[in-house]
Amino acid sequence: MTDRFMLSRRQLLKTSAAGAALGLASASFPIGRAFAATATVGFIYVGPKDDYGYNQAHAEGAAALKGVEGISIVEEENVPETVDVQKTMESMINLDGASLIFPTSFGYFDPHMLAMCAKFPDVQFRHCGGMWNKDKHPMNAGSFFGYIGMGQYLNGVVAGHTSKSKKLGFVAAKPIPQVLLNINSFLLGARSVDPTITCQVIFTGEWSLAVKEAEATNALVDQGSDVITCHVDSPKVVVETAAGRGAFVCGYHANQSPLAPEKYLTGAEWNWAKVYKMFVDDLIAGKPLPNFTRGGLADGFVKMSPLGPAVSEPARKQFDATLAEMMKGGFSVIKGPLKSNKGVVVATEGQAFAETAIELESMDYLVEGVVGSTA
Amino acid sequence: MDATGIGLWGVPLAILGGAIRVSTPFIFVSLGEAITERSGRINLGLEGTLVFGAMSAYAVAVETSSPWLGLIAAAFAGLCFGLFHGWICKFPKVNDIAIGIALMLFGSGLAFFFGKPFIQPSAPDLPAIPFGAWSDIPQVQAALDVNVLFLIGAALAVFLWWAFRNTRAGLILRVVGDSSDAARAMGLNPTTVRLAATGIGGALAGIGGAYLSLYYPGSWTEGISSGQGLMAVALVIFARWNPLGCFAAALLFGGAGALGPALQSVGVTQGYYLFYAAPYILTLVIMIATSSPSRSLAGAPGELSITK
Repeated sequence: MTDRFMLSRRQLLKTSAAGAALGLASASFPIGRAFAATATVGFIYVGPKDDYGYNQAHAEGAAALKGVEGISIVEEENVPETVDVQKTMESMINLDGASLIFPTSFGYFDPHMLAMCAKFPDVQFRHCGGMWNKDKHPMNAGSFFGYIGMGQYLNGVVAGHTSKSKKLGFVAAKPIPQVLLNINSFLLGARSVDPTITCQVIFTGEWSLAVKEAEATNALVDQGSDVITCHVDSPKVVVETAAGRGAFVCGYHANQSPLAPEKYLTGAEWNWAKVYKMFVDDLIAGKPLPNFTRGGLADGFVKMSPLGPAVSEPARKQFDATLAEMMKGGFSVIKGPLKSNKGVVVATEGQAFAETAIELESMDYLVEGVVGSTA
Repeated sequence: MDATGIGLWGVPLAILGGAIRVSTPFIFVSLGEAITERSGRINLGLEGTLVFGAMSAYAVAVETSSPWLGLIAAAFAGLCFGLFHGWICKFPKVNDIAIGIALMLFGSGLAFFFGKPFIQPSAPDLPAIPFGAWSDIPQVQAALDVNVLFLIGAALAVFLWWAFRNTRAGLILRVVGDSSDAARAMGLNPTTVRLAATGIGGALAGIGGAYLSLYYPGSWTEGISSGQGLMAVALVIFARWNPLGCFAAALLFGGAGALGPALQSVGVTQGYYLFYAAPYILTLVIMIATSSPSRSLAGAPGELSITK
């Protein structure tokens, strides 16, 4: 806290002293340049980095860089999606000499990261999410993301075999495209086993609300859902509550099996170590960093938790077969004929959207069989 | 209606279950704050105390495998925070609201700092009493699993309501809260009474925190409170400084909080943001309905800095 205040005061003095403070600042910090042989990489997390979820997945990726020659890491956790994140980025650049920064949370991008991109044109910023656009955003910015919907499809396959009530439950944070794709993929995976399965979704409205997530999980189990998964920042509460009520769970973000070893079926996990390593290798080699990076299971961006003890033999077989199919590439979760749960046709006969299809990044519907609404 | 779900009955059941599950931290924090405010002082730092109580309870429970020791640790930590607040506020010209805000940030920050190593491990839970054992419907059984802390909170509310009116300690507390001058004339030392009242209030808030981390939702994460401590402080004003009112208001907030998820689970999916705002809208309506331009808030202690 103190550091940040001191920095902003210093920053203020600097700007008021010299009109060209910006130019001076970047000139007087030689390590502030990108593509140096030794480089500092900054990671910013919105929550605690051991939350069994989103932030832990990123922190594990960052930790994997610690052995890399010539790279040092700076991290800051619990940074809100406000002007605070700008101060954090400035401090990483000015005080730690970071030349590459990964602001990992969705809300960091606009306007915070974009403001920093303009202020520090020599520093590279890569945001986790799908928001960078070549026509609108500067070239020292970029975005990376993984096709984790495939992982939720595989979760759904196992859930479909495991569920006896044929009702699944999904605790979701906000109805944004990535979340909707996960919900739809989970249900469609389950429907590949039994087309009568339905999935009840409850939106909590925020990324991290422990009590509301617990209430949502209880409400789902009360209504007969016997396999629960989620898309919130920290699935710990959902996993523990669901397992406590005797429901099975599929994980998300990171491996939550230690929380419920008997009830944990499998889970869709990020593998950011691979992605961060890729960026850092380019940085060391002095190559320009890619601005638009995407990958799925086959690229190693996403991985599955090991199957739990409750997974049956037929489930395991179909899981392996589907995974093998996905590894070949071109697998489509959303394929026609398919309607939304409001009856609107979202894919016609023969139409299929592979994981790479850009249309999926603006998804605004829930498919038939999902009980829930996007607003 | 299929065999596994309980359909629309799930909504009242969820509100009942939610009222019991979610309300306990509200009960303890608001009862603690009622004691503090009755003595003429406001402690806004109870949000920080709640979070620190949650952390210390979880940490001690992990280390000793005993949730009860965790509960005692949380109460003790809360007591320390309360006494600290009371001690600073006894100096002249100190604003209790500003100190409260400082302690709220301090308590949360300290809890995050010491709580780091305890996010991952699992702690044993506080026990619940299965009042739903008579029913063979698992949903009813789950809703009626009542934690002992809820029962203690309910008993405490009745006891405080009685004690404020009928005991010497209650009278002393009220005199100090209503008029320092009158208290001094009676030979009482308002500072000491307020110190004790703030300390007890802090200890109760710590217990509320222990419930969060050791029972429901039952794990230590940094976002565990999401403002419940602050809301509980507001509940005291809502409840007109009456312990029974605090209990009722806590139940109302708990039940209303369960409404949103429960309605979505039975298929009422439109407008869930509105349902989530239900407790706050309800508060506004009740506050407006019971307010009056011609008199001040009924039951407000006279020495309270916000009503003076």
